Amino acid sequence: MRPPSYWPFVVPALVTVLAVIIFPWLFTIWMSFQEWKVGAPTTFVGLSNYLRLPADPRFVEAVGHTLSYTALSVLLPLVLGTFAAVLFHARFPGRGLLRALFIMPMMATPVAIALVWTMMFHPQLGILNYLLSLVGLPPQLWVFHPGTVIPSLVLVETWQWTPLVMLIVLGGIASLPTEPYESAQIDGASTWQMFRYITLPLIMPFLFIAAMIRAIDAIKSFDIIFAITQGGPGSASETINLYLYSVAFVYYDLGYASAIAVVFFALIVALTALLLVLRRRAQWNALGSDT
Amino acid sequence: MSVNTLLGRLGVAIGVFLIVSPAILFFLWMISLSVKFEVDNAAYPPVFWPEHFAWKNYADVLSSNRFFTYFKNSLLVTGGATALAMLVGVPAGYGIARMAAHKSAIVILIARITPGLSYLIPLFLLFQWLGLLGTLWPQIIIHLVVTVPIVIWIMIGYFETTPIELEEAARIDGATRWQVFRHVALPVAKPGLAVAFILAVIFSWNNFVFGIVLAGRETRTLPVAVYNMISFDQLSWGPLAAAALIVTLPVLLLTVFAQRQIVAGLTAGAVKGG
Repeated sequence: MRPPSYWPFVVPALVTVLAVIIFPWLFTIWMSFQEWKVGAPTTFVGLSNYLRLPADPRFVEAVGHTLSYTALSVLLPLVLGTFAAVLFHARFPGRGLLRALFIMPMMATPVAIALVWTMMFHPQLGILNYLLSLVGLPPQLWVFHPGTVIPSLVLVETWQWTPLVMLIVLGGIASLPTEPYESAQIDGASTWQMFRYITLPLIMPFLFIAAMIRAIDAIKSFDIIFAITQGGPGSASETINLYLYSVAFVYYDLGYASAIAVVFFALIVALTALLLVLRRRAQWNALGSDT
Repeated sequence: MSVNTLLGRLGVAIGVFLIVSPAILFFLWMISLSVKFEVDNAAYPPVFWPEHFAWKNYADVLSSNRFFTYFKNSLLVTGGATALAMLVGVPAGYGIARMAAHKSAIVILIARITPGLSYLIPLFLLFQWLGLLGTLWPQIIIHLVVTVPIVIWIMIGYFETTPIELEEAARIDGATRWQVFRHVALPVAKPGLAVAFILAVIFSWNNFVFGIVLAGRETRTLPVAVYNMISFDQLSWGPLAAAALIVTLPVLLLTVFAQRQIVAGLTAGAVKGG
């Protein structure tokens, strides 16, 4: 019997993907070589949109903001998420409900929670400064000061996305063999030692996956930043994604915006590739230490 | 019970309390803001439990006739984008799994790592050229960028784990490819359908970036509408918090009642739209 062809099943999706994913990409690349402002005819300008980028101080600054925002938004959820996963691996009453409550921040509508965070950050009436005053700390300006705006936004991002890291790492911990723990317990290892020398090395692959997903999501974070600060004060929290929005839909400089989109995508691919290389190296090291 | 196990349990309890309380306290505070009059919301030190509840905040949001327009828009955009994604994505997941065409997953990966804004520029021009701006179609179509990859990705995973023997038996009995898919493969993959559907609904419902560019006054979805409320009522926190809570409530309820499916879906591919 001839094996059936499954192409008819795939064709509708293929057409959809071509229309809403592939076509936009090809069009964006083509546009990045054009000078195009809405209402004016397009002219081919070669690489000049790309050459504008390194000379554009706002873009260069945005790259810096994006990198620091991303680095912090990967590290903090990774540490807290691993901690949370170890806790949720234990059996305790109410675990299911507490886990549901814990993952709510990442499922909730980002704009809705951004509004409430904005109220909480309010320097005079916000609950956060009240909480600081309870423990004797001075009030902060949070997202209203250039020096604290990025850490404050990272706080929201961490609150929101630590649950995803927890879920990925929890899946990893649940799949671990129990024998090493049993023999370690017989040898009198402490809980910390067991975590440090058994759990942590074994869940490394999961931590890398979590870090990669977190990096991809943090670098293109938009809703939270846009709804809370719109890139301000000034341009202190303007990331590449927010700058891209302004260039495209505030200044309608579509050729230049397309060049930013292409470079931004290349940056995300490079970051993903870097993490994959690090992961492979970590695996090599693990193999090396075995011999 | 030894002292050590007791200490261990106490440690877990304290740890869980510390790690879960930011989420719980946040949503409690959100509720508190939404049921207080401006006097209480502007009070310092903050009022946690008001003497008079401002149910009026909710009544105001729900009774404004715009709200139902935006709610209907959200339902149509999320419903349309999810239905279309299921229609094309479920068979595609089946086809890809059976053909073992794993290379095609790279397109899904590209969709996953591309910032949503990148799609907006070319599609915005396309919709303008087609004269579709002002209708809900641009948003339904662009939400496919979010929903289709989620559905395909999750369904590939489910169809790969369902047994192929049953399908082969049905084919020997003379069933067509389509009948095999419809009557053998699909029923087995029902849990996967639920996971794909729920996640597509949530990420489409939550989407904000497509709406701020493509939606006009009449075609706003709820997240865009609630964002637009800020500029009008700069300091009326009560109604704003009430509106925010109403917008996100369907998703929060879904999270509690479909937690198992959501966790399964998120850990399978860790997909997120936008």
